[in-house]
Amino acid sequence: MAYSEKVIDHYQHPRNVGTLDPKDANVGTGLVGAPECGDVMRLQLKINPETGVIEDAKFKTFGCGSAIASSSFATEMIKGKTVDEAYAIKNTTIVQELNLPPVKIHCSVLAEDAIKAAIEDFKKKQATVPVESMA
Amino acid sequence: MVKLPIYLDNNATTQMDERVFEAMKPYFIEYFGNAASRNHSFGWKAEEAVDWARETIARSIHADPKEIVFTSGATESDNLAIKGIAEMYASKGDHMITLTTEHKAVLDTCKALERKGHRVTYMQVSKEGFVDLDMLRDAITDKTVLVTIMHANNEIGVIQDIEAIGKLCHEKGVIFHTDSTQSVGKIPFDVQKMNVDLASISGHKIYGPKGVGALYVRKKSPRVKLASQMDGGGHERGMRSGTLNVPGIVGLAKALEICISDMASDTKRIQSMRDKMWMDFQAELDEIYINGPDPLDKPEWRLPGNLNVSFAFVEGEALMMGIKDIAVSSGSACTSASLEPSYVLKALGVGEDLAHTSIRFGIGRFNTQEECDYTVRQVVEAVRHLREMSPLYEMAKAGIDLKKIEWAAH
Repeated sequence: MAYSEKVIDHYQHPRNVGTLDPKDANVGTGLVGAPECGDVMRLQLKINPETGVIEDAKFKTFGCGSAIASSSFATEMIKGKTVDEAYAIKNTTIVQELNLPPVKIHCSVLAEDAIKAAIEDFKKKQATVPVESMA
Repeated sequence: MVKLPIYLDNNATTQMDERVFEAMKPYFIEYFGNAASRNHSFGWKAEEAVDWARETIARSIHADPKEIVFTSGATESDNLAIKGIAEMYASKGDHMITLTTEHKAVLDTCKALERKGHRVTYMQVSKEGFVDLDMLRDAITDKTVLVTIMHANNEIGVIQDIEAIGKLCHEKGVIFHTDSTQSVGKIPFDVQKMNVDLASISGHKIYGPKGVGALYVRKKSPRVKLASQMDGGGHERGMRSGTLNVPGIVGLAKALEICISDMASDTKRIQSMRDKMWMDFQAELDEIYINGPDPLDKPEWRLPGNLNVSFAFVEGEALMMGIKDIAVSSGSACTSASLEPSYVLKALGVGEDLAHTSIRFGIGRFNTQEECDYTVRQVVEAVRHLREMSPLYEMAKAGIDLKKIEWAAH
């Protein structure tokens, strides 16, 4: 099976690999997949609570080249977007951008799930943060 | 500078030896006759070549030439042996025994027989892949007609004690078939000493041609009879009809002849490259695990060129992508259409998480030390690169028990 050039590029030069402080109230963490299935993605978003803009995104992924590329591409795509815009991203966009073959579509689904999980984690944290610290 | 790409997948297939190719050449155009044509020199020439091949192969495994049946390869040999016995001895019994780690050519043949009403016991193996003789003894019943246990495993290289298995089968009056595709020509194989009744052999695993193989069928003590699975002109003493593939058969015999004469030197070189590779990986990387017997502890129970390693926290296909100029194979689901990781590793009790991180290196006659050293460097670099971006490696290093996390399986 041949990989698309974009997948190879993201694999060789992954964007935004790293870790954000999971305890930061403005950081949402999404951890999806399972080691038994051969894919685990962790996506972290640093979100401005006032504007709702995603200011930073970091990922780490255990998975095949397409899974790594999907998460790397996802971080690139959502930086600068608002939470609502990012939440609306569909896996099909990732499939098209990276030319993923049918057997790799689940990688894009996982990336979409990771975005949603990270945003939900952020929202949950914000809901429990005392009001004065939100200002 | 090492020449790329590097072929390190010699358990899948091997490059043909030029000496084999040279031996085959005349039988395509010059001596093209049908070995079954008894009335002219074209046929005689072909028959002569087949006779030579049959004798050469028989000598190599300590058999009689009349005990060699030519086939299209080991898959056909396995089918012929297992289905042929099941059918021929159906009145004696309907039960057979095999291992969960057998090749699909054996497992799927057994499953096909189950659909026809035969009963099959799939025995578990130890965590290194060995069969337990006491368990085998207990599994044999008065309805058991066949035990089929591979000599050496294609994925993890484990070598079974088939001499003891064969002895037990003979004591119990059960026919013993072994899929010896990976072992014949690589390690000593002797049908008399090892009490083997049927053995499958393949050409392309031993630097010979694809599409040709053989089945050894014991002629006396006990005399084994097979129901043919291919009907036609009654070739191969009625056991396998079809015009003989003369150049292929010559190639198979030549390949085996070379393997036998070069076995000592090939083994020494190949094994030392394999052992160094394993030691180098261990020196460079943490959290790596051998699948199958440890080559350094039990070299006599592992194929000389086989190395199967799990590089924890790094998915196998991603690793292969990082070493794209090196041909290896992986037990990861992502390399197969099934999305299931290797059933052989699962049978050893290797967790699915680790099965996804496994790579099989198959070192063969034409590999060099330089190629192996280059491979180690590339693999180490790729593993480090991928662990940098592996959330699992980070979590494990932070002391988080990955087994305790509730993963959302997808």
